[in-house]
Amino acid sequence: MNTSERMITMEVLRYRPEQDETPFFQQFLVPFTDDMSVLQGLQYIKDELEGSLSFRWSCRMAICGSCGMMINGVPKLACHTFLRDTYPNTLRVEALAHFPIERDLVIVMDDFMAKLESIRPYIIADTPRALSEGEYLQTPAQLDLYEQFSSCINCLLCYAACPQYGLNSKFIGPGAMALVHRYNLDSRDSGSAQRMPLVHAEEGVFNCTAVGYCSQVCPKKVDPANAVNINKTESAKDYFLRFVTPKGAGK
Amino acid sequence: MDVFKADVAIIGAGGAGLRAAIAVTESDPTLTVALISKVYPMRSHTVAAEGGAAGVVQSHDSLEHHFHDTVAGGDWLCEQDVVDYFVAHCTEELVQMEHWGCPWSRKPDGHINVRAFGGMKIERTWFAADKSGFHMLHTLFQTSLKYPSIKRFDEHFCVDLVVEDGRVQGAVTIGIASGEFTLIEAKSVIVATGGAARVFRENTNGGIVTGDGMALAYRHGVPLRDMEFVQYHPTCMPGTGLLFTEACRGEGGFLLNKDGYRYLQDYGLGPALPTPVNKAMELGPRDRLSQAFWYEQQKGRTIEGPQGSVVHLDLRHLGEKKLRERLPLIYELAEEFLGVDPALTPIPVRPAAHYTMGGILVDGKCAAPLPGLYAAGECSSVGIHGANRLGSNSLVELCVFGKVAGEEAAKFSRTVAPGNSSTLQQQAELAQQRATNVVRKGKGTERISSLRREMAESMERGCGIYRMGDEMQRTCDKLTELRQRFMNVNVEDKSRVFNTEWLLAIELGYQLDVAQAMAVSALHRRESRGAHQRLDGYTERDDVNFLKHSLVTYAGENTPNISYGAVKITHSQPAVRAYGAAGEKADAAEAAGKIA
Repeated sequence: MNTSERMITMEVLRYRPEQDETPFFQQFLVPFTDDMSVLQGLQYIKDELEGSLSFRWSCRMAICGSCGMMINGVPKLACHTFLRDTYPNTLRVEALAHFPIERDLVIVMDDFMAKLESIRPYIIADTPRALSEGEYLQTPAQLDLYEQFSSCINCLLCYAACPQYGLNSKFIGPGAMALVHRYNLDSRDSGSAQRMPLVHAEEGVFNCTAVGYCSQVCPKKVDPANAVNINKTESAKDYFLRFVTPKGAGK
Repeated sequence: MDVFKADVAIIGAGGAGLRAAIAVTESDPTLTVALISKVYPMRSHTVAAEGGAAGVVQSHDSLEHHFHDTVAGGDWLCEQDVVDYFVAHCTEELVQMEHWGCPWSRKPDGHINVRAFGGMKIERTWFAADKSGFHMLHTLFQTSLKYPSIKRFDEHFCVDLVVEDGRVQGAVTIGIASGEFTLIEAKSVIVATGGAARVFRENTNGGIVTGDGMALAYRHGVPLRDMEFVQYHPTCMPGTGLLFTEACRGEGGFLLNKDGYRYLQDYGLGPALPTPVNKAMELGPRDRLSQAFWYEQQKGRTIEGPQGSVVHLDLRHLGEKKLRERLPLIYELAEEFLGVDPALTPIPVRPAAHYTMGGILVDGKCAAPLPGLYAAGECSSVGIHGANRLGSNSLVELCVFGKVAGEEAAKFSRTVAPGNSSTLQQQAELAQQRATNVVRKGKGTERISSLRREMAESMERGCGIYRMGDEMQRTCDKLTELRQRFMNVNVEDKSRVFNTEWLLAIELGYQLDVAQAMAVSALHRRESRGAHQRLDGYTERDDVNFLKHSLVTYAGENTPNISYGAVKITHSQPAVRAYGAAGEKADAAEAAGKIA
């Protein structure tokens, strides 16, 4: 790994609603070493060059989900993308696509938070279990069914990648759909009947056109495209079963 | 100013804050909870915890073992009655997490699996691969969405507590998106804002871990307890300080010096056996392991890397399959941040500041001396960690004491009448003025980043793994200087919407106060205990003079005051902290003594 310091040009989207009519790009010359992430580049800009640049970040290790941005036009976590991979070209950083910009690289997250709340992302048990009964038994194979979908860090890269969400933000979107799937597949849960209406609603799975870009950009290999498409099958089954079973089909 | 009237306000929505919020609403759904967080809850730093959470489950384990590991691990500076309560409630809380959906790793028969952890005699660490904190946080956050009485104030930054009539009655926040202030009136307030290790240069913490709640309580006269005890985690990424979990060693990883030698055997932790032995070698406690690194470095037996000296964390013998299954995040961090495939190459690591053992003084019910104020989690000092925390005790602490804080704050809120709104409003306006002054006053000359860097470098020099009186004094002097210079800090950005420069300045103010509390407490502790190790004539533990909690009290612009409080000892008298073969011998002698 090259440890000597070089200079890279970072072109950063700026938008301060109190003073800027429209977003614009501002260029900064940033010294970097091979181990530096885009996030560290932005921190350098904020500390040394332009204190008013705003962006979200925290953990620096791709688990808190704060620093999703468009980097050279691709949704990525800034802490997890390295300056060396763009050098000697200019690196372009913008706020995540498909969301309103609050300021600079900060997007408005209200829509996703409302969606997350709407999907009932918690265990719904038919008969609640007492603590004295100990844990539910769940085999490694049962855990395996949903574990990948439980790894979503809510970074919203998949929403920025999803062309359908870009066209119609009512679409529930890949991340929330993966979480629906995560709970529906959990052997401890009996709530799928309550969640399915969301899945086959107008804003549900059938909006997905199976582009699969959401799964490509996911930094945690959650594979939301797969969740969406399994739910299409489930939704279709559910739709037809409603005609033959009196209370509809749960799980 | 907007006003919101709550019964209980909670500042911080990480593991402890969320658990507290659920406890309030489960104990009384008619109570309104204001859950305030400067980030969205799932961004809280609980998310970064990797290894797991301790709770006794195996038949050959016992609460007494967990108690003893904790108290000895804390070098007898623990509140033993509180540790008793803690160990008795860990498992129940982890079962509760399971019922709420936490994807704990399982054994083939479907029961919870447990792994070994440093300083723990028997395997009792529940884990969700190596993303235990992430899964606990998301489970708690998503579960909290069930309860309509929890009203979230996401991305609301707390600038002050409102104290009136001798008790805390609310908090003042800035809505980050708008820059507008809100007064949140509350009959009781829980602080759950996490630790403060960002005051050190090389640290494992997220950017948000700036000691806000500690500073808020401290400025209102609540003592901070045992602040000199800051844990250095022995296996972190050089430069960034990112964490490689202790579970790497729990799963059988080795620590090697430049000769490929498992050097821990030279520091009373041996013998070096090929498979992990609990409380020995790589499964020794964190303070001992970080100290051993320091000595290896002195002896010239570490490896020089671009970001300082390192040793090797060797996981190669575990094989790719096990690493991918048990330590997937570690695999990814090593590959992507260091370009190292841990199945083929050892990972370079060095210690970094990780955890604040001390914090806001609270009793076993999480109540601070200021009526109506409660604290839980890393920001608090409830008394279970003593001078050195054992890994996997803090995640479960969030649950056990988050719940206690929630229930106690709920109870308190029912005993008091609502405050006088107009007086509270006046107070809030003063707090708003103080916070706004940071930006609105004339142009300052001090850069935020320079002050922060000088603080962090000075803390590392004076309050690192080994400490010297003169260096600590220099750090204290430096912090006095920096607090003075902070009065003249420059905030270029005068806007309201998402002004992070403004918030960084306020956070720096919190950090400087907390750093000073740490350094002054360290200077006054003239002994070596747990994570506080001195080289200047106070190299031994001194139970005669310092089997005491330090209490540091805010004194405005002056140096804070230090006093000491008694340690609650119920049934474990201070003894030698022995690990490895020596530890086993001591255990055997004790057992023989009991039989005799």
